[in-house]
Amino acid sequence: MIIGIPKEALLGENRVASAPTAVVSLLKLGFEVQVQKGCGTKASFTDQEFIDAGASVTTKKNVWQSDLIFKVNPPTIEEIASMKDGAYLIGFIAPAQNEDILAALKDKKITTLAMEMVPRMTRSQSMDALSSMANIAGYRAVIEATHQFGRFLTGQITAAGKMPPAKVMIIGAGVAGLAAIGTASSLGAIVRAFDTRPEVKEQIESMGAEFLELDYEEPEDTGSGDGYAKEMSKAFIDAEMALFAEQAKDVDIIITTAMIPGKPAPKLITTAMVESMKTGSIVVDLAAAGGGNCELTEAGKVVNANGVKIIGYTDLVSRLPNQSSQLYANNLVSLAKLLCKEKDGTINIDFDDVVIRNMTVVNQNEITFPPPPIQVSAAPVKPKTEPVKAIEVKAEEPMSPVKKYGMMAAGALLFGWVASVAPADFLSHFTVFVLACVIGYNVVWNVSHSLHTPLMSVTNAISGIIIVGAILQVGNSSPLIQLLAGVAILIATINIVGGFVVTKRMLKMFRK
Amino acid sequence: MEFSQGLISAAYIVAALLFIFSLAGLSKQQTAETGNWYGIVGMAIALIATIADPRVDNVWIILVTMVIGAIIGLQLAKKVEMTQMPELVAILHSFVGLAAVLVGFNSYFEMDHSVAATFTDSQQMADNIHLVEVFLGVFIGSVTFTGSIVAFGKLRGIINSAALMLPQRHKLNLVAGIIAIILLVTFVQQGGGDNTLYLMTFIALVFGWHLVASIGGADMPVVVSMLNSYSGWAAAAAGFMLDNDLLIVTGALVGSSGAILSYIMCKAMNRSFISVIAGGFGTNVVIDTETDYGDHIEINAESVADMLNGAKSVIITPGYGMAVAQAQYPVYEMTQALKAKGIDVRFAIHPVAGRLPGHMNVLLAEAKVPYDIVLSMDEINDDFAKTDVVLVIGANDTVNPAAAEDPTSPIAGMPVLEVWHAKNVIVFKRSMSTGYAGVQNPLFFKDNTQMLFGDAKDSVEQIFKAL
Repeated sequence: MIIGIPKEALLGENRVASAPTAVVSLLKLGFEVQVQKGCGTKASFTDQEFIDAGASVTTKKNVWQSDLIFKVNPPTIEEIASMKDGAYLIGFIAPAQNEDILAALKDKKITTLAMEMVPRMTRSQSMDALSSMANIAGYRAVIEATHQFGRFLTGQITAAGKMPPAKVMIIGAGVAGLAAIGTASSLGAIVRAFDTRPEVKEQIESMGAEFLELDYEEPEDTGSGDGYAKEMSKAFIDAEMALFAEQAKDVDIIITTAMIPGKPAPKLITTAMVESMKTGSIVVDLAAAGGGNCELTEAGKVVNANGVKIIGYTDLVSRLPNQSSQLYANNLVSLAKLLCKEKDGTINIDFDDVVIRNMTVVNQNEITFPPPPIQVSAAPVKPKTEPVKAIEVKAEEPMSPVKKYGMMAAGALLFGWVASVAPADFLSHFTVFVLACVIGYNVVWNVSHSLHTPLMSVTNAISGIIIVGAILQVGNSSPLIQLLAGVAILIATINIVGGFVVTKRMLKMFRK
Repeated sequence: MEFSQGLISAAYIVAALLFIFSLAGLSKQQTAETGNWYGIVGMAIALIATIADPRVDNVWIILVTMVIGAIIGLQLAKKVEMTQMPELVAILHSFVGLAAVLVGFNSYFEMDHSVAATFTDSQQMADNIHLVEVFLGVFIGSVTFTGSIVAFGKLRGIINSAALMLPQRHKLNLVAGIIAIILLVTFVQQGGGDNTLYLMTFIALVFGWHLVASIGGADMPVVVSMLNSYSGWAAAAAGFMLDNDLLIVTGALVGSSGAILSYIMCKAMNRSFISVIAGGFGTNVVIDTETDYGDHIEINAESVADMLNGAKSVIITPGYGMAVAQAQYPVYEMTQALKAKGIDVRFAIHPVAGRLPGHMNVLLAEAKVPYDIVLSMDEINDDFAKTDVVLVIGANDTVNPAAAEDPTSPIAGMPVLEVWHAKNVIVFKRSMSTGYAGVQNPLFFKDNTQMLFGDAKDSVEQIFKAL
C-alpha cells in the first residue's frame, strides 16, 4: 500500500503529516511512502531528508492518487475529488462541523479515520494527536505571552533593583493547561491554576502550580465520562467568575484553555475583568478558534485593550512546525501499527476494536459518525460507592435505646436470679470472670494490626493454662481419670511450648 | 516441695497479672517481645504453683507427659515454615479444645453421684451449677476441637476450602443448638447422666465440624481468631468446674481478646460479627460468569523492570500468592535494589490479606523488611493516585474494585486497597482464575493494569535480574 503525504493547503499551516523518522517506521510496517515536493519545507524537513529516509518525492497529482493519505487539516472538496475511489484517509476531519466533507468522502467510498476521535484511553494515548498538539499549544501560549509581556517571569534581586516574579493564572488543566503550567513555572513565574474537575488538583500541584479552590461544590460529578470536562451549573459558574474577577486584579498573565467538545467556548474572562488587570498584562486565549474564553478575543489577532494584550492566535501549534509535525507523525505511526498488525503493508479496519471504531467516520460508502458512546474515564464510578457507605454507617449505629436498655435490664434480671440462688463461691468466681473479660477487651482493643498473628499465637499459648485443670485431676485414684488427665497434660504442653516458641520466632523477625 | 494455699493463691494472682501484661505488651511493636516473656514467666509460675499444690499427686505422670509434650511442641514450632503458621495455630487450638473436653469429663467422673439424694438445697444448687459448667465446658471444648481440625484441614488443603453447602444448614445448626439445650436441662435434672453427656459431646463435635466446614477458605483468618476465642471460653468453663480462679481469669482474657480480635477483623472485611460466630457466612455467593470484562493485557518481566526503573514511587501489595510462592525474600531483594536507585518503595497490607490476620506482616518481617515501610490499608489507600507503579503480588479479592463499585458483588462493601488509581498496576498471577471468594476481578481488565503470569517468586527474581 502506498501512503501519500500531501502539502497542507490551508493558509498559515506550517505542519506536515509526516517526518523523515516516521517514514522509516512506516516502511518497516511494509508500506511505501511518497511525499509531495516541498511538503515539509515550512516544518524544516527537506525533500532530501525524506528521500534519505526511503520515501519518494512526487507531484501533487500523484500524491493524491495514493492508496492512503495522511493529512493534518481536513481535505477540501477539490482535494477529495482528486483522490482515488475506495482510498483511505487519516487526519483531523472535524466530522461534527464538516458534514459536506463527510458526504463527499462517502460518495467516493473513501474510508476515513478522524484523528480528533481518538478515545481517551490508556491504550490509545500514543495516537492521541489532540493531546500531543495541546501540549505544544500550552508551551507556545506561555512563549507568546512572554514575548508580549514587557518583563521577566522570574523574580530577581539585582544591583539595579528588585524584580518581583510574574503571576500567571491558567484556567483549565487539560493537556494544554498542564503544559502551560510546566512551562510558566520553569520560567520562574508564580503559577496558579483552576479547573472544574477537583480530581485534577494533584496533577496541577505536581506540575508546580497552586490549585485555586472554589468554595462552591457541584452536586454532581463533573467529569463527563469521556475524559473531558463538561458544562457546569449556573451557581458553579457564578462562584467561578467571582474567583476569576478577584484573580484578574492580581495576576499578570492569564492563559485560558477551556473548551467543551462540540460547543462554543465558555466566556470566562469578561471585559470588566480585563479592565481591572494591570497595564501591560497579557491574556492568551487558547480557545480563540472556538469563539474564545475572553469577551475581547479576536481569533488570529492580538488585541490591545487599554494596555492589556489579548492574544487570540489559533495557529499556536503551527508556530512550532518542526516539533508538532514530528509528534503528529509519530501519532500516525502508532495508528498505522494498530491498523496493520500483520506488518504486511495493508490496513484492516476492525470494527471490534473500540479505538478504530470510534475514529472511523466514513467506512467505504457509509457514514459511521457519530460512533456509539464509550466510557473511558474512571471518575464516574464515584457515586456508586456512596450507597455502600451509607449501609456501613447504618451498621455502626448504636442500637435503639429501647432495645439497648431492654437487653441491659434482661441481663440484670438474669444475673439477679443467678445471684439469688447460686452459692457465694460461684458468685466470687463469676465476678472474677466478668472483670477478666473487661480487662481482655481493653487490653486488646488497640492492638496494632501487624501484631495480630503474634498476639493470637500468644493467647493460644496462654489458653494452654487448661493444663492446670488436668494437673489438679491427675492425682485422682481412678486410672481412667489419670489417663485422660495425662493426655490432656500432654497436648496442653504441646500447645503451651509450641505457642510461646512460635511467638518468639515471629517477634524476632520484627525489627525496626 | 509443697506450697501452702496462700502461697499458691499469690502465685496465681501474679501469673494472672503477667498474662494481662503479656497481652498488653503484644499490642505494641516495641513491647511485644517483653510481652511474650511475661507470658512465659506467668505460665511457669502457674505450673510450678499448681504442681506444688499439696492436693496434686502422681507428679511423675505430670513430669513425663510434660517433657514429651514440650519436645513435640518445640519440634513443631521450630520446624514450621512461616507460611504454614496459620495451620499450626489452628491445630494448636484443637489441642486446647480437646484438653478442655478431657478435663470436663474428668471433672464429671470425679463427682460422687451416689450422695445426690442426701443433698441439702444449697448443695443441690452447687451440684446443678457444677453440672452446667461441665456441660458447657465439654460443649465449647468439642466445638473448638473439631472446628480447629477442619480449619487446619482447609488451610492445609486436605479439606476442600470451598464452603460446604448442606441444604437447610442454618436450620441444622439451630436444631443442634436446641437439642443441646434440651440435653442440658435433662442432664441437670437427672443430676448427671453418662449417656446424655456422650450424646451432647457427639452433637457438639459434629456441630463444630459443620460450623467451620460451611465457611469458605477466604474467611479463615476470622475463623482462626474466633476459634482462639472459643478455646479461651473452654478454659474459663474448666475454671468454673474446678473452682480455679486462674483458669477463669486466663480463659476469660483469651476469650474476650480473641473475640475482640475477630470483631476488628470482621470490621475490616465489612462482615457481620454475629454471622461469623453463628457460622456459615461467606456463603450465598452468586458467581456471575456472564459479564464480559474485556481483555487483559500481558507484560513480561523485562518490561516491568523498565517500568520500575522509570518510576518514582512504587507500592507492593502482597497477598496469599506471595506466601504460597515463598516470594517474600526476592520481593525484599527487589525492594532494596529499587530503594538504592532512589525509588520510594512501600508495602500496602490489607487487613485480611493471607489466611491469618497479620499473615503478610509476619512474612515480610521474616524477610527482614523494615516495618516502617509496611503500611496498613487506611494509611496508604489515599496514596495510590500518586503512585507510578503498583505491584500486586498474589493478591486478588483484597484489590478487587468490584467491592467498591459493584453493589451486587458478593464482596460489595468490603474495604479494598484501591490500587487501580495508580498510573500502572502490574498483577502477578498464575492464571486468570478467581480468588478465594470466587469472584471475578475487574481490576485485571482495566486499561492501566497489566498481567504478569507465572510463579510469583520466579517473576520477581526475573525482574530483579533485569533491574
